[in-house]
Amino acid sequence: MAAGVKRQNQEKSAVKEKILPRKLIAPALIFSIALTQVPFLVTIYFSLMEWNLLKPQEKAFAGIDNYIYVFQTGDLLPAIIATVGLTAFSVICSLFVGLFFAVLLDRKFRGQSVARTLIITPFLIMPAASALIWKFSMFDTNIGVINYIVQKLGFSAIGWSTQYPYISVIILLTWQYAPFMMLILLSGLQSQSREVLEAASVDRAGSWRTFAFITLPHLRQYIEIAILLGTIMLLQAFDPVAIMTKGTGGTKTLAYLLYERAFVGMNVGQAAAYGVVTVILTIIVATISLRSLFKVFISGVNK
Amino acid sequence: MRSTKAILITGMTWIIAVTYFFPVSWMFINSFKSENDAASLTPKFVFKPTLESFSRLADRGMIDYLTNSLMASVISTSVVLILAIPAAYALSIRPIVKVQDALFFFISTRFMPAAASILPLFIIFKNLRVLDNIFALSLVYAAMNLPIAIWMMRSFLSEVPQEVIEASRIDGANFETELWSVVLPIVLPGIAAVALICFIFSWNEYFFSVLLTSANAKTTPPFLASFVDGRGQFLAVLSAASTVAALPVILAGWFAQKQLVRGLAMGAVK
Repeated sequence: MAAGVKRQNQEKSAVKEKILPRKLIAPALIFSIALTQVPFLVTIYFSLMEWNLLKPQEKAFAGIDNYIYVFQTGDLLPAIIATVGLTAFSVICSLFVGLFFAVLLDRKFRGQSVARTLIITPFLIMPAASALIWKFSMFDTNIGVINYIVQKLGFSAIGWSTQYPYISVIILLTWQYAPFMMLILLSGLQSQSREVLEAASVDRAGSWRTFAFITLPHLRQYIEIAILLGTIMLLQAFDPVAIMTKGTGGTKTLAYLLYERAFVGMNVGQAAAYGVVTVILTIIVATISLRSLFKVFISGVNK
Repeated sequence: MRSTKAILITGMTWIIAVTYFFPVSWMFINSFKSENDAASLTPKFVFKPTLESFSRLADRGMIDYLTNSLMASVISTSVVLILAIPAAYALSIRPIVKVQDALFFFISTRFMPAAASILPLFIIFKNLRVLDNIFALSLVYAAMNLPIAIWMMRSFLSEVPQEVIEASRIDGANFETELWSVVLPIVLPGIAAVALICFIFSWNEYFFSVLLTSANAKTTPPFLASFVDGRGQFLAVLSAASTVAALPVILAGWFAQKQLVRGLAMGAVK
């Protein structure tokens, strides 16, 4: 009798054990689906409509007209190139700058933590503020500090954000994200075993050889993490384009293009079609990088 | 010989660090200039400091935008914590079979561009009459930060020693006691890091704020951008506004560097 009750309790708690985690995760799951997946389904529906907010009475079913438009106007390919190019260049530049900073900071010297604090600050600044400050106090043709130096060196002033918007955006993004790369790589450098490094110096391996054959292989995992997280953040960078260049000079990314269609052109149907295409492209890119991200993280976690 | 080299490298590091920081210090310096001094063709390091720009910010009602930013950040961070703690707990301490699938789903929503959801959100909010509403904006921010929060939290929770949890279960602790009095106190620093990062992301967010808010609920980043449309000189007042807007996050980041790194790398880096 007692044993039966006990078994019943055990069964009950086993069922509870199974249900509880589901109950715990359900609110987050439902919230996430409601605010990200459901709107996406609605976007697909919108993309099949002829719908301009300026002419609301002419709303009608359009079939794949919007998609035909998207692929025919020739805005799409440049936007893809801009998005991929800006992201790739910014990730690569900030990775190298970040690695350089990490190596500089990975030694004991007076005020090391102050120097590190100065260097991470650009990452903490509100991105909208960074874009504005760079545009008007650094890049400006009249009062920009960089142009002051350029002119002192004997060249004529450069209209950075108007003449070279592409490079300007990359400089800004690199300035913002190199500290992030540096933080991850620095913790990688600091997790190196001192014994191995000492053994290398006893063996009189030069510092370059030590760096190339011991430090870099050790850093590999950290570099992968830095690249993947940097890509997630930089793919969605909208502020510098919207504030600094307004999509000129090859900086019209997919996000900015969609913004322009929807909120300047007020064409919901076309903008939605751009949105759907953007998502499909992102899924292709993301699935590849996510799988590797996942491998890196799961192996990192389970170690 | 060796020490000369060390001094050289240290000197170089310092020069690089100060140069890299220069745009920030320049923003700070410009915020105390008069507009004429800020617009000088030769950069002015010596000038008569004034608080004029800051009082002009007050006149333009910056305090309202800061309040909106603060509300959006606090509300969204609270929502994220309420949703993420139980979910992360289920994914780490009481793992269910499909942990990997669930994690994959959450992180993939973070990859999903804002482009995918902004249009419907705009139209739905408009029809529900919650466009330009700080609570609605907060919910969007919560959805934006939830996946990262769950990932970070999971990594912090998975470090809780299994023995501690088992011991509490043997003592007959039910789930609530286990979570509230055993697990949470151990991971409190981790939760603080997650909260800080969610706060920073919401405080700095521009895209959704510029599109989903206008007069009432506008947050600080679009307010900053609005200076550009003004005529005449605006660099001093723009610098002052940027300084005020960036300062809370800079200070928080300086004091919590370690936790920030750990959290931002989603636990993959210790």
